Amino acid sequence: MKKESEKSLRAFAAELAIYAVLVTAYFFLVLHLLGNWLYRLDLQHRILYAVVALLLIAGQAVVLDALTTLLFRLLRRRWR
Amino acid sequence: MFFPISHSYISPLYLVVVGFLIGILGGFFGVGGSFIAGPALRLMGVDWNYAVGTDLAHIVGKSIVAARQHRTLGNVDLKLGLIMAIGTIGGAEGGAQAIQALKRAGNVNTVVSWVAIVVYFSISIFMLWESQKTLRSRKGRSLNAAEPKADHSAFGPVTERIQRIRVWPMVSLPTSGIQEISLWIILLVALVGGFFSGFLGGGAGYIRMPSMVYVLGIPTHLAVGTDLFEIIISASYGTFTHAIKGNVDILIALVMHTGAVIGAQIGVVATQYFAGPKIRLAFVPLPLIGVAIVLYTLLTGHKL
Repeated sequence: MKKESEKSLRAFAAELAIYAVLVTAYFFLVLHLLGNWLYRLDLQHRILYAVVALLLIAGQAVVLDALTTLLFRLLRRRWR
Repeated sequence: MFFPISHSYISPLYLVVVGFLIGILGGFFGVGGSFIAGPALRLMGVDWNYAVGTDLAHIVGKSIVAARQHRTLGNVDLKLGLIMAIGTIGGAEGGAQAIQALKRAGNVNTVVSWVAIVVYFSISIFMLWESQKTLRSRKGRSLNAAEPKADHSAFGPVTERIQRIRVWPMVSLPTSGIQEISLWIILLVALVGGFFSGFLGGGAGYIRMPSMVYVLGIPTHLAVGTDLFEIIISASYGTFTHAIKGNVDILIALVMHTGAVIGAQIGVVATQYFAGPKIRLAFVPLPLIGVAIVLYTLLTGHKL
């Protein structure tokens, strides 16, 4: 039981580390590139901005949830 | 990092950490965490109207992750969630309109701050009273970790009286273990929650989750999961209306959400180890943290 939770903890720590690297890259690449476009969209086309905002946050949720689940599953299998 | 939409400079690390903490609370309690996210954004100099709208956008993402995890644990009543979404959307629109009226009057920060203090404080005191009374009772003491989903509330007799009100149409909620309840009571609970969602920001889970337990009689674990599912719909609508009114900085929400994804997953797993009254007792300090932060801003005059 103790060994099992140790494995889970180690997998979770590794997941966090990989996730942190991916998220940092995401900040610099995607958000930096999207920033000015979204700013102009908010000023000029509010309704389109509202739709894009919702799609972005929902899309990010689905992608990151899938990514973290996949990472955790892969890392747990590796340490089993 | 500069966020051009709300004209604010905020460290992305700060946003990720705030998102992570709120994610844990969201997954565990089924709340949006606006009582912390709103003041946390204000602390960085974001105006209340942006704090409210941006927080809603972040909540949409976090609730998708947490509700999906709760669904795999059987903690989501889809029928109840869909009914409540209708009432919440109506209430949220009323709340957003009230914010707009206050913006025009020029006193949005003061009014929202005082309403937040009164609402958060009342919820904490009531839940402290109820959960302690439940845990001291014989039925409350008999709840154990082996059956974490077993639930009991000292407020139960009032809940039963509410469930006996027969105003047509009556609906049954088999997933939540409720044979019959008036549709209007569900809609009223959702409407009140929705109003505060639009007015104070967030998904108003701090009002709706306790209301679902105390007024509708939903077991705590199901209230948490169903509330998160319902929040996806209502917070999406709230995000859309606030974005049209120019109150959403989606870039801030996206950064916060990267931390919330991990936090929400931890919070959902943790609910499996606690009985209902213990989850409610643990909930008590959360709105008080919001009260402390808002009071600090009012007393010191700092832009929080």
